[in-house]
Amino acid sequence: MTAPAIRREWHRFTPAERLARFAVYLFTVAAVVWAARYVEIIPEFLADAPAQTVDLFTRMWPFDWAHYWTGVHGALIETFHIATLGTLLAIALAVPVALMAARNITRSKVLNLFATFLLVASRSVNSLIWALLFVAIFGPGALAGVMAIGFRSIGFVGKLLAEAIEEAQPGPIEALTATGAPFGSVLNKGYWPQVEPSFWSIVLFRWDINIRESAVLGLVGAGGIGVALDAALANLYWDQVGLILAVIFAVVVVTEIVTSGIRSRII
Amino acid sequence: MTAATSSARGRSAAFPANWSRRLGYVLVALYAVYAASTLDITLDRFIRGLDQGAQFLARMWPPSFDPVQLSLLRQGMIESIQIAVLATFVGVLLSLPLGLVAARNLMPASISWPARGLIALCRSFHPVIVSILFVKAVGFGALAGILALIVASMGFVSKLFAEAIEEMNLKQVEAVRATGASFFGVLVMGVLPQVMARFVGFGAYQLDSNLRNSTMVGIVGGGGIGATLFTAYQRFDYDFVLTILLAIIAVIMVSELASAQLRKIFQ
Amino acid sequence: MSAVAGPFGIAGPDDGPALLLRNLSKSYTAGKPVLRGITLAIEGRGITAIIGPSGTGKSTLIRCINRLVTPTSGEIIFRGQSLDSLSGSALRKARRRIGMVHQEYNLVERLTVMENLLCGRLGYVPVWRAWLRRFPDQDIDRAFELLDAVGLADYAHRRADQLSGGQRQRVGIARALMQGPELLLADEPTSSLDPKTSVEIVELMARLAGDRGIPVVINIHNVELARRFASRIIGMAQGEIVFDGPPDALQDQHLARIYGGESWLE
Repeated sequence: MTAPAIRREWHRFTPAERLARFAVYLFTVAAVVWAARYVEIIPEFLADAPAQTVDLFTRMWPFDWAHYWTGVHGALIETFHIATLGTLLAIALAVPVALMAARNITRSKVLNLFATFLLVASRSVNSLIWALLFVAIFGPGALAGVMAIGFRSIGFVGKLLAEAIEEAQPGPIEALTATGAPFGSVLNKGYWPQVEPSFWSIVLFRWDINIRESAVLGLVGAGGIGVALDAALANLYWDQVGLILAVIFAVVVVTEIVTSGIRSRII
Repeated sequence: MTAATSSARGRSAAFPANWSRRLGYVLVALYAVYAASTLDITLDRFIRGLDQGAQFLARMWPPSFDPVQLSLLRQGMIESIQIAVLATFVGVLLSLPLGLVAARNLMPASISWPARGLIALCRSFHPVIVSILFVKAVGFGALAGILALIVASMGFVSKLFAEAIEEMNLKQVEAVRATGASFFGVLVMGVLPQVMARFVGFGAYQLDSNLRNSTMVGIVGGGGIGATLFTAYQRFDYDFVLTILLAIIAVIMVSELASAQLRKIFQ
Repeated sequence: MSAVAGPFGIAGPDDGPALLLRNLSKSYTAGKPVLRGITLAIEGRGITAIIGPSGTGKSTLIRCINRLVTPTSGEIIFRGQSLDSLSGSALRKARRRIGMVHQEYNLVERLTVMENLLCGRLGYVPVWRAWLRRFPDQDIDRAFELLDAVGLADYAHRRADQLSGGQRQRVGIARALMQGPELLLADEPTSSLDPKTSVEIVELMARLAGDRGIPVVINIHNVELARRFASRIIGMAQGEIVFDGPPDALQDQHLARIYGGESWLE
């Protein structure tokens, strides 16, 4: 073995890659420093935080159990209905948009872009802000909540569904198209069987998220357990707040168990 | 066999009517009607709402470009971005060790289970509820929003990161261990190379997600554009509300493009 | 650390066996031993090939030696040091003196060829150097020498997942030699390779280990390859050694004993 005449250097990345990474690191540090310098932090509030936190928990415990049947149970059921109906609404609205966004179904670039914009707009606006808008339109109540959940979920369901459609194998679809099947049949017998598993898993995933989201919509008046939470917060009934948070926690845990159970059975 | 009979038989055999599925759809429809009636959602209310909606949209359009309001928008948006940047940075940084510790194939159960419990706790409450609690603990303002979004980031990123680690190829890790590498040596050269690209992807996604959520924490006193939006909403400045919404959508679209670029650099 | 290991740990002249296994047993589930009392001495040079049917404990035996598997009972004595009860940093120090070539190459796929080679130095360099990829110059030089030796001089920057099977196993061999091992273990190194590449890989391993005076213990399915390159063949069946001798002593009756039945020999 001959030793190399010139020592060969080794670096992990090419100069261009190093430059790109360095730029990202620099940008990150700059952004963090910039953000940290201008965010207002009031020292007195911060010093007071541990005492406030202890105070918070001592006021919460023991929970006001009696309040469950008088003020929480009905709101909880309403939350469940809002989440479920909102998910159904989202499916109905998201399927056409997803079909429009999927490039292998809609061949028009303009329509693709338009659908993508709808999906981004739906996702960018939070469910709480959607709820504000719908409360202004329909007045306070569950209807605004259902609409908010539905509109917020279009972006999520539609984006994932469009991706699933684009990943469908072209083979069976070409075979169907070759037989002269009409477009509806191609969708129903060609795409649907391939997309169905991901469709159900997307819907289930979103339903799980919507249960959590619908629990806070009441803070802006859009119905559900959030209304009870808002009332308890406004009146400083912390023992009720504690109870409601515990109930929400329990519901989230149950939902998680149910969805993971269903998921392992259907997928 | 004639062509006509064969095609008829072929069809009935290939796509038998699925009665249990049809029953399922009927049940879902019945549920929707029942749930809508308990929530007091009626067609009449909906139609009246559409009228109101038209007025609402009319008051929104055209969006306001009043200089005073624009400077409020600018301030709020900058604060939201600062909240999102800081929350993402700290949250993602904390998720790295938390995800490693929660991965069941790296750690003994006595360590991974408490970590998984902590992650589940971070995930179980909606960021809005978490920020209500932080507003109580550290007072109104951006800090409460930052802390709430840090909790949300930890829940999301470390859960997915732990799952990514659990899916990695253990033989590659074992081969590194066989060279006599220490635990941290194995981590640096055997584990992280396999999962780091996905971690960066989760972090980039979380930045988008925190930007969206930072618009929301303001509604409950957590600072940022959400506070500006809520004030405008309560003062019925609906044209300014539209301006804010458009600005949020634009910022989030830019951030999604940037994070796609980031993933490319670190892939 | 023992006296024999220099910076790259090339073994001294043989004084006694390099590796001694005494009464080694392993059962993954109690009452079902995979290895039954293996006693074996490996001399300080040459290739020892272990042959035998699948599931007979060859792999377990190899992996017991560097303690990727902990034996149920018995002793492992490597250059005078007992390995069977080591743990923590003492075990890692012992492992870095034993190179291993794996069945499915087991390179870290997302790292470059050079980084995979440098993995072989992880037992020697502090973690921060590995983290920043600031390995000592002598390690980098040595890695380039080994890349020349395995015929992959131009591949340092390629990612491991871009290589063919044969190229990956060459990297695997170079990674093991980066450790400066005093013993090379190979666990079915050719089972994922085509026949021609298999011969090239075993030939390369034999040559590089021979040049450096490193004894090799290799698990291999291919009896012909074993005959061609090994100086000693060990036949295993049902967790026990049933043949131990030079390649010319291996007759059909031994193969029948090792693999069971005779019809496949005709």
